[in-house]
Amino acid sequence: MESSKVIHAFYNDDEVLMDAVKAVKAEHHHIEEVFCPFPVHGLDKAMGLAPTRLAITAFFYGITGLSFAIWMTNYMMIQDWPQDIGGKPSFSWFENMPAFVPIMFELTVFFAAHLMVITFYMRSRIWPFKEAENPDPRTTDDHFLMEIPVHDNVDELTALLSKTGAVEINVVDKH
Amino acid sequence: MYQFSGKLKTLSLALILLGAIGIAFSFWTAPKTIEAAKEIIAQQSSHGDGHGTSHEEVTKNEHHAAEETHHNDEKESHAKVESHGEHHDDAHAEHVFHQMQNKPWAAVYVALFFFLGITLLVLAFYASQRVAQSGWSVVLFRVMEAITANLVPTSIIMIVIVVTAAMHINHLFPWMGEGIFDPTSPNYDPIIDGKSWWMNVPGWAIRSVVYLAIWNAYRWFIRRNSIKEDTANDGGKTYKLNYNVSVGFIFLFMISESMMSWDWIMGLDPHWFSTLFAWYVLASLLVSALTVIAFVTIYLRSKGALPGVNDSHIHDLTKFMFGFSVFWTYLWFAQFMLIWYADIPEETTYFVARFTEYKLPFLAMLVMNFAFPILLLLNSDFKSLPWFVVIGGFVILGGHYIDIFVMVMPATVGAQWSFGIAEISSLFFFLGVFIYATFSAFAKANPIPKGNPFLVESEHFHYYNIEHRGEGSGDHH
Repeated sequence: MESSKVIHAFYNDDEVLMDAVKAVKAEHHHIEEVFCPFPVHGLDKAMGLAPTRLAITAFFYGITGLSFAIWMTNYMMIQDWPQDIGGKPSFSWFENMPAFVPIMFELTVFFAAHLMVITFYMRSRIWPFKEAENPDPRTTDDHFLMEIPVHDNVDELTALLSKTGAVEINVVDKH
Repeated sequence: MYQFSGKLKTLSLALILLGAIGIAFSFWTAPKTIEAAKEIIAQQSSHGDGHGTSHEEVTKNEHHAAEETHHNDEKESHAKVESHGEHHDDAHAEHVFHQMQNKPWAAVYVALFFFLGITLLVLAFYASQRVAQSGWSVVLFRVMEAITANLVPTSIIMIVIVVTAAMHINHLFPWMGEGIFDPTSPNYDPIIDGKSWWMNVPGWAIRSVVYLAIWNAYRWFIRRNSIKEDTANDGGKTYKLNYNVSVGFIFLFMISESMMSWDWIMGLDPHWFSTLFAWYVLASLLVSALTVIAFVTIYLRSKGALPGVNDSHIHDLTKFMFGFSVFWTYLWFAQFMLIWYADIPEETTYFVARFTEYKLPFLAMLVMNFAFPILLLLNSDFKSLPWFVVIGGFVILGGHYIDIFVMVMPATVGAQWSFGIAEISSLFFFLGVFIYATFSAFAKANPIPKGNPFLVESEHFHYYNIEHRGEGSGDHH
């Protein structure tokens, strides 16, 4: 690592932050990370991050849930212990399908939702009892923090950032 | 300001004229006597087509009981079939004769209800936007107001249908038949008689007029006062008055819409009932209404008449189209599954009629109203592309026309249904009326509701996840 110094610029408004990110990107500086107390819509696009693939995983988790529901209802209600559903003892999964639609729907949603959350946690590398990574506790309250790696251009960056409405600018060593 | 172009005016008048001629023709060619009807029946069975044969099955199982009450539960029908045995053919011919006479009426009624309902739900959606004090939709207010102008002509035609039904000129509603409430008559129907506190002609006609009066009164008021808002400059006094009146309308609308769906649609099958039917009709009309708002908006924007509208507004309308398509399917399935599960004859008749005679439109409608919009409009990026919205919207509107079609037709024309001159002409006629009413109303007011306090918010509306590509997008942000 040639440089372990980073600049931390603090903002106290999401609109100001958005404009600041755009200004920094316009000057072709790399933004390492932005820490926010709440999700800011459009921030990922402004930072130039690749679009999330979480939606694609959600689709496949949903398909998995649907398949599981079909297998489960068929195994429980038709194969293992055949049951008379609403006076329709046809013992055919398809003919009793309307009764299983709520189960298929619920398990599709259940799988998609839970597995998507777990995937998100894994991708974000967070898990129970993990120590927080954000460099300043104020980013969990009312401040936004933009982290920019420094390559011998502290003065230039500081000047740029102070123009964008940063309320505090610190140069720190990153370990 | 927008000008109702001569081309469009000619188109709408041509549609009205063409439709009127077609409707007149279908009334003219409907059989006038039983003999004429018998001839057609003989022709149909000699052709041996799908309709003729499947019709026989349905008649055996379902009809017969009283010629005017088309749907009875099966057990009752069978009991009477035995006693009526030898009169079967004559009774059958008379029954089919009534269905054929009903056909042009039913065709007009389906198209009328479709357009009246869409217009009504546009009005209700508009009222909901005022009640919610929503910011995004303000630039669409004049579009919605213009569409509601169609409420006046459709209400007048609805009153004609109501009066002719009450005078027994048309026989759309089987419970209005002769002797239904008379215990000494062979047509006596104890089930309907038990509902006579609600199902009686004077009550029905008065209620029908009251619904139309409520809706038209609100429309007249809010259109006038919305234009007043533009120049009022009274610190939001007019705006608050409009808000309060809209709250009252939403309340009255929910009640009158529910009762309207029982009186005008569920009453066609007087033995059958479903407690979520009002919601089901509401969902069908609401998704169609939002599609129509999107269509008119896209058209007017392409003509440059809506400078404040950007891609995010289209995106939001399409999200509603998508969402309410799912909502409609949810209600469709909820109604179907409970009836399928319980399997009570008096409830299943509704679906038996639709799964036998109307299988194709009934199942096609599920694909058009659910599967297609889901697949086409799921992607966020597609929701603001006019092409996708128009293609999806056409399928949605077609699907919900079919939905109304299979709500009305099985009870009124039974196996005699077809999609021919009568149905197409009725659609043309009401489409022409719709275009004329909507665009001439839109030309009469400033397309931007200048006095609305949320106008600026609406003009700057930008859904964070999409890029603006369409007309007027350069003006914002």
